Amino acid sequence: MTTSAFRWQRVLLYAVLIIGSLLCLFPFYWLVRSSMMDLAQIFEMPPKWIPEPFVWRNFIEPFEQLPFGRYFLNTLIIVVGTLIGTLLSSTIAAYSFSRMKWVGRDKVFAILLTSMMLPFAVTLIPTFIGWQSLGLINSYAPLIVPAFFGGGVFNIFLLRQFYMTLPRELDEAVFVDGGNHFTIFTRIILPLSRSAVLVIGLFTFLNTWNDFMGPLVYLNDESKFTLAIGLQQFQGMYTAQWGVLMAASLIIVLPAILLFVIFQRYLIEGIALTGIKG
Amino acid sequence: MQSMTETAQRRQTISKSSLSSIRRRENWLGWLFAAPAILGFIIFVFGPMIASLWLSMTDYKVASTPHFVGLENYRNLFNGTDAFFYKSLGVTLYYVILSVPLQIIVAFFLAILLNQKVKGLTFFRTAFYLPTIVPLIASSMVWLWLFDPDMGLLNIIMRALHLPESQWIYSETTVVPTLVLMSLWTVGGTMVIFLAGLKDIPDHYYEAIEIDGGNALHKLLYITIPLTSPTIFFNTIMGFIGGFQVFVQPYVMTQGGPNNGSLFYIFYLFREAFTFSNMGYACAIAWVLFIVIMLFTFLLFRTSQKWVYYEGEGR
Repeated sequence: MTTSAFRWQRVLLYAVLIIGSLLCLFPFYWLVRSSMMDLAQIFEMPPKWIPEPFVWRNFIEPFEQLPFGRYFLNTLIIVVGTLIGTLLSSTIAAYSFSRMKWVGRDKVFAILLTSMMLPFAVTLIPTFIGWQSLGLINSYAPLIVPAFFGGGVFNIFLLRQFYMTLPRELDEAVFVDGGNHFTIFTRIILPLSRSAVLVIGLFTFLNTWNDFMGPLVYLNDESKFTLAIGLQQFQGMYTAQWGVLMAASLIIVLPAILLFVIFQRYLIEGIALTGIKG
Repeated sequence: MQSMTETAQRRQTISKSSLSSIRRRENWLGWLFAAPAILGFIIFVFGPMIASLWLSMTDYKVASTPHFVGLENYRNLFNGTDAFFYKSLGVTLYYVILSVPLQIIVAFFLAILLNQKVKGLTFFRTAFYLPTIVPLIASSMVWLWLFDPDMGLLNIIMRALHLPESQWIYSETTVVPTLVLMSLWTVGGTMVIFLAGLKDIPDHYYEAIEIDGGNALHKLLYITIPLTSPTIFFNTIMGFIGGFQVFVQPYVMTQGGPNNGSLFYIFYLFREAFTFSNMGYACAIAWVLFIVIMLFTFLLFRTSQKWVYYEGEGR
């Protein structure tokens, strides 16, 4: 291949990548730009690229018209509860399935794995009826409690894969020194698997933060809503008032993006490693 | 010195006298550690699954006693009594068949580009991945705004380029393709998985093709695609399962319309269950979905033997 042909190929490659990534980033730009415009600016033709002047009122409106501060707190309660449950129970279960020997272990694990194939729709209605009969509809229990029971088979699966790569000699050394499984788990396995636990924590955070159907099914009281449900309510109140709607959307998007930017190295390695997409 | 003899002694004690008691202890301790996960499976997966199967054969509505009706719910679904069933199945299949191959092709193509030792890899990767982080409810709002027929940016651009405007999600015929287009925005997750697969291909495979006088197309057809076929297979299955369960977009953006043009399957199920309170019927709808997904996965697995190449399998 001649050098000039090679150079043209590189130019084309970068052109496609740059255009592609700009297309991906464009909706973000449009979101931010529109969130700082009043109606007159929004509907101006031809459209302006930069708000002039910047309108900050849109960001106050959601907090005045709906208890967005309360929604924020509610979402955080659910996220933190789910995080604690998931991290506690998935690490313990993964430890049992990878580093303890007990009768029927691998068979039990194989059975648990089958639940990954099951669409959530199949269990949705009986689970709902179950929580209803316990009188726990319109509480956070249905959204948080399941996380304490295993924290998701997929997470157990990932951690188990990781734990199996750690050398057995570590466990034996602890036993010889008079330690037990609890010591191995807390002193050896957990510290060594910090990065895997971090990835699972991040995805759990994002999934819970983004969850729409769970809160939609289980929460009725406006005071208990999450941000995602709140935004949907807001949409009903502000049809076609794009500036305010974009501002409200941005309030939900920003924390997720912030977290992503801080931890993106771990996240992308984690996805590559595991195949979860969030 | 002393600690070493102590250790040795302890090791001996362990290996001789208490080995079987340790085994026994480990046996019940193992069960104990796994108990929350096992209980969770019974309470939140297996139990509801059986309950759902049973409910699907009843006429259960909220606040009534369920009566066993056998396969009547299923019969009503399949014999066309409920026209929405076939409609929603059709809409969802249309979406899946259009979106999954497109997503795979675009993600694969982008991953190949990013694998060419480009400068600024981190930037590009982040840019392509970022949309997948956005809560679906928020991205639905943004796209709702972009798709607005009068004031939305997409039609403004179409007008400026003298191209025919589209009604996007507001027309029965364009709503599904438009949602497919929107789904391509979040192709970055799939791309990152492909990128990891591509990184695993050793350079000397490509060098061998170069020595034999092969070009880029040969490399793609004889090295890249065969060696990433397990990843293609994985992403296809995940794409199918995800595509069958689209819910937020129709719920927030179109309410299943216009004229049921975006009556996605889970949206239809949700409406039966939580708007019309037909819980038993909705369970039957859910089980049909389960069977459809299993069928698709099974078919993919069957064909996979023909096109998925696992290294070390030696063919």
